[in-house]
This record gives sequence, structure tokens and C-alpha cells, in this order.
Amino acid sequence: MLACTSRFGYAGLNKSAVKVRSLGGFERGFQVITCRACEDPPCARACPVDALSAKEGGGVTLDPNKCIGCGYCVDACDIRAVMWDSEWMKPIICVVCGYCVNFCPHGVLALEGVR
Amino acid sequence: MKMTDWVKTLSKVLYIDLARKRYWTEDKTDMFDRWMGGIGVATQLYKEEVPKGVDPLGPDNVAIFAVGPLSGIYPMASKTVAAFKSPLNGYFAESHAGGRSASAVRFAGYGALVIRGVSDRPIYVVIDCEKVRFRDAGALWGMSSMSVGRVLREVTEGAGFRTIMRIGRAGEKMVRYASVITETYRHFGRMGLGAVLGSKKLKALVVMGRGGIKIPNMKPYREVYRELWELAVKSPLAKKYHDLGTPENVLPLNEIGALPTRNFTSGKFEEADEISGEEFAENTLARRVACSVCPVACVHLAAIREEYENEKYFYKTTFISYDYEPIYAVGSNLGVSDRFGLLKIFHALDTEGVDVISTGVILAWSTEATEKGIISEKETLVPLRWGDWINYIKAIHYLTEQPNDFYAVAVRGVEALASKYGGHNYAISFNGVEPAGYHTGPLFISSLITGSRHSHLDAGAYSMDQKILSSGGKLPDPAKAADMIIEEDAWRQVLNSLVICLFARGVYSKGYVVKALNALGYGLGEDHITKLGWEIYADKQRIKIDEGFNPLSVRIPERLLETPTPLGQVSEQYVHKVIEEIFNRISKKKR
Repeated sequence: MLACTSRFGYAGLNKSAVKVRSLGGFERGFQVITCRACEDPPCARACPVDALSAKEGGGVTLDPNKCIGCGYCVDACDIRAVMWDSEWMKPIICVVCGYCVNFCPHGVLALEGVR
Repeated sequence: MKMTDWVKTLSKVLYIDLARKRYWTEDKTDMFDRWMGGIGVATQLYKEEVPKGVDPLGPDNVAIFAVGPLSGIYPMASKTVAAFKSPLNGYFAESHAGGRSASAVRFAGYGALVIRGVSDRPIYVVIDCEKVRFRDAGALWGMSSMSVGRVLREVTEGAGFRTIMRIGRAGEKMVRYASVITETYRHFGRMGLGAVLGSKKLKALVVMGRGGIKIPNMKPYREVYRELWELAVKSPLAKKYHDLGTPENVLPLNEIGALPTRNFTSGKFEEADEISGEEFAENTLARRVACSVCPVACVHLAAIREEYENEKYFYKTTFISYDYEPIYAVGSNLGVSDRFGLLKIFHALDTEGVDVISTGVILAWSTEATEKGIISEKETLVPLRWGDWINYIKAIHYLTEQPNDFYAVAVRGVEALASKYGGHNYAISFNGVEPAGYHTGPLFISSLITGSRHSHLDAGAYSMDQKILSSGGKLPDPAKAADMIIEEDAWRQVLNSLVICLFARGVYSKGYVVKALNALGYGLGEDHITKLGWEIYADKQRIKIDEGFNPLSVRIPERLLETPTPLGQVSEQYVHKVIEEIFNRISKKKR
């Protein structure tokens, strides 16, 4: 999360497209939520202003100039991988760059190409 | 120190008045500029807040939580420093914990929280960036630390961004060594912060850190971050903490005869093999987790599987964290070698929310006092025998319930028990506080008397004793020993002001501390931070002296002078000379 947030020049968790949370307390372990780069992304279909467009090879790109901050994309993602930036009031969209993978010491995160 | 914009990211202090249910912020740029953050700032806030002579469990004591310029920003900068007046001895005290506490406070936008006053009813407080809410804890009062965590996870927001600091029943009942638990497995364990929050009727503090901090110049920051991360993950510097974890120490300490056993009657536990880090890792380790912003994952969780009493093939599985100190305190020191039983004791302590070290030492004294016939089952209600973990667990619950006079005294510490029943010579405590588990030699004993956390981590002097042993065993002269202790304790004040986890002390050398700060815009040299560490160290000592602390009158329990350490029997005279040297150096410096 820190690595991802740092792409925007911040330290913190506020801009991260990756989320780590416990499964109801540390005693139950953790889940790491990341964008799966869907082939037919529901978030893009939910966007009323075409700010999100499907990318070739999976995933979406956000045009922040078009985005009106309605948050439909957040609800459309069943794996809850569209995060929300409460400062800019826009979604945080994973660009599938793989930078986070460099900072995962336990091999939980990986970036793979799928045919 | 050169004023930087970075100080501004830290300088907001949130004040919460529990009596009037009000809150406000104050800008403390000058304080953070002068004293960095963490313990440096917490010490100054304590001086502002707590007048001499106030009751630690009264309305005038405060709970201060402080973070520092590196908190949440660099790897392993994961700790929050708490400062308060200890209900165990009435002096300035500090306690540190990780979990998500530091990143939550920092990214909520604060450098420190100051909690004042006493609420008229049980409450919990939710800090969501600039908003603070006071919520009725009537339904939570009387709950175990585990249950209150479970409830608050559901009724508050911010999963993944928040810390949930809470007390168990022991804190509510003001057991003087009650702890504050955060994220289930991390503790502000020592010195009784749990009792302080209990006295304020504050059941829990939830802090949501959803914000972020703009980095002034990404290039140097990313470079230093990467280097520190590599050191933390790939170098041997933090390796012991991620492999076996702190229980790695059990066998080496036992080998040299420094593992306190059966109330410090010996430094060797014949069943140490059963409770070693290796045995725990191979047989019960089920998961390792990390604090927020740390790649190391030193938190070792064991799983225990228990069959329901009346239902065959019906099981429950519990995850319980373990570390070296608990293994000493309620393992070797109580003659418990059954790993399952040991984990059950840890779980009982966490559930009630009470410090494992103090409790272990108190139960060890009680067991020996029973053997010697000065107390009996009439007092303890259950027979206490070395190794009998089932009864120890019952006794732990009695500490919370306080069903008779004996337990009502036991919650004030082992010295209080000895004052009432006798058995002073084997009541193991310093200045009202029971010690960490290293019977290594005179430097460690000296540091227990002079350190403000009453933790082995004050100066790491257990390690100095061991180095002396491995280089032939000749003690340095007391002046030299004093220098060694001061130098290390003072340097650790810098680390505790940044605030980094002391398990990262190998990673954060002076050079790296300077690099890490300067990448954020500070313009500091090694000399400056070294001097700052000494100033904080001396200031903390002076506060205690002002509060009436006399280091030379601190009793060294006779048992510790009798039971030989690896460096032989400790000479009281030597320890006193070391302490005298330390305090001479402090009083020579002008305020």
C-alpha cells in the first residue's frame, strides 16, 4: 500500500490501489485486495460518463477529467478492488504497473500476463 | 534543528478532554522542531501536563501517544510511544506498541494525542482524522479485550486503516500493571497504561488514519526507502526477528545460565528445550504477521486446537502470539514447560489485558511464598505449584476479580505483597516494577534501575553483559559501565523519537537515520542527533528525580544477588557505583 501510494508522491495509505485488511481481526489473517484486470470490467460498464475505459489486455484506465465522482464503479466491483480517494473524490484505479510486487517480501503479490 | 516543512506534517497535537467531552488541536511546531517527536515530544508534553504529586489514577494524569517524523514513512517505523505517570510507582513512565497504532495516528494527521480527565461514564473514543466522537461504552464495559475488539471492528469504520487500542477487565479494575492491547497481538504492556485508561473510564480508542503526507522530493526518499527495505528484508540485521522471533533467545540464555527460573532461584531451566523458539516454531507456529509499514513479520502466532469438553470431534482453534518475555515470565519462571499450557496462560493474560512480566513475577513470588508457608491456599484460593498452569490461569482471573485481600494487594505489585506478607528477599522488583527476563549480570540490573521503560530495551544491557562474558568476563570499571549504558540508552531516545521499532536498531544506524531524515528535508548531522538523544535521556531522568525518585535507594532484591549470573554473583556495591556514575553525569549537566 505504501509503495502504491508513493507513485503519487505521498507517504501513507490514502492513494493506494492495493488494500490490505484483516479478515475480521488479526487473529483471522489478512486479505490483500488488488485489481484482477478483468477482461470485461464491470467498473467500466457502470461508469455513466465513460471516464473508465477497458484496456487492451485487461484492466481499465481512468480519465480523471471526465470523472464526476459518482462512485458507481466502486459498487460495481464485487471484489472491492476499486478504492476511493476521499481527498480528490475520485476512484483509485490500478494501472497494473506491478510496482507493489517489488515490495512484497513474501511473494503474495505477482504481476502476470494471461492469454 | 533547521525548521523544515516536514515538521509541519507532524506538529498538530490532538487534545481530548474526557471529563468535558471536548477536543481541540494545538500547533506544536516548535516542540517538534526542538524534540523531534516520539519520546522526545512525549516527555515535553508530560512536563506540560502532569504536575508533581498527582495521583496516577486520578483526573490529573494523562495518557500521551506520540509518533515521529519517520512514523509510517519508512519501513519498520511502526511504533507509538505512550507516556504517563505509572500507577506502579508514581513516576514518569513510557511504553511502546506497534500494530497499526503509529500509521493510524500519523495518517490521521497528528504527531501526538493527549488524553486528559476522567469520564463520568464508560466511553470509547473514535478519531476519524479531524473529527472526534465520544461514544457510550456501557455495553462494552466488563468485556474482555478480545470481545471489545471484535465489537468495535464491526461498529466503527476504516478497516485496514485503523488501530483499535483497548483495555480488558484488568484495566477497568485498575490492576496497576494492566496493559493496553492493540490489533489483538500488540501491547502497551508495561508500567500500567491499562490502569490509567481504566481510571479514565476509557475502554477503547479507535484511530482512523486515512490520510497521506506529501513527500517533498520523491527521488531521495524512494532511494533511502529502498535501501532500508532491502536491509530489513534481506540482510541479517533483522533476521532473528523474522525466523524464530524473539524466542530464539531461550536456549542461548539458558545455556549461559541467564534464563530466570522458578522465581530467579536459578538461571537454568532443565526443561528449556520444551519452550525454545525452535520447538515453538516446529510444533505450534501457524502464522506470522507484521505491524503496519513493516516488512519483517516478527509477530509469531501459534495455533492451539482444543476439543470441546462434551463434544467429541468438535474443536476450536485459537491463534495466540508468543515472544521471549512471556516465555520467561510465565514459563521458566513458573516452571511451566507444557507449551499448550503456556499458550493458554498467554491467552488468559491477553484476554484480561494484563502485563505478562509483572503477573509472572507476582505468581512466582506467590508460589515460593506458598512453599515457604507465609501464605497458603486461604490467600491464593487455588494451590499454586510450579508448572501447574491450570491453577495459574485461575489465579490470573482472580487478579481481575479481586475476591479477597490477597488479590486486592497483588494487583499493586510484588513489593506490595512482600510489604504485607514478608518474603522481601525474593520479591523480584525494582522501584515497584517487576523486571524483564535476563539474569545476565550487573549491567542489566543497573539499567533496570535507571531505565524509564523498565524494559530490557531501555539500554539493551543484557547484551552488554553477554558481550563481557564472551570476551572473558572481566567487568569494566563502573565509570566505563555507566558510559556504556548511557550511550546506548541515549541513542535509543533518538530511535524512539523517530519512531522506529527497536528491532530495527541494526538497520537504522546513525548514518541511516541522518540519511532518512535528510531525504525528507531535514538538514541534520550525526552530532546533532546524538546530542539530542542525550538531552532527552537526561530530561527524562530529571523528571523522575523531581518526582522524588532516588536511584540509590532502589532496593536490589537479595535473591538477585544470591543466584549467580553468568558473570558470577552480582555485587551490590558495583551496581551502586554504576548508578552513582550515571546520575553524576546527569546532575552535572545544567537544565
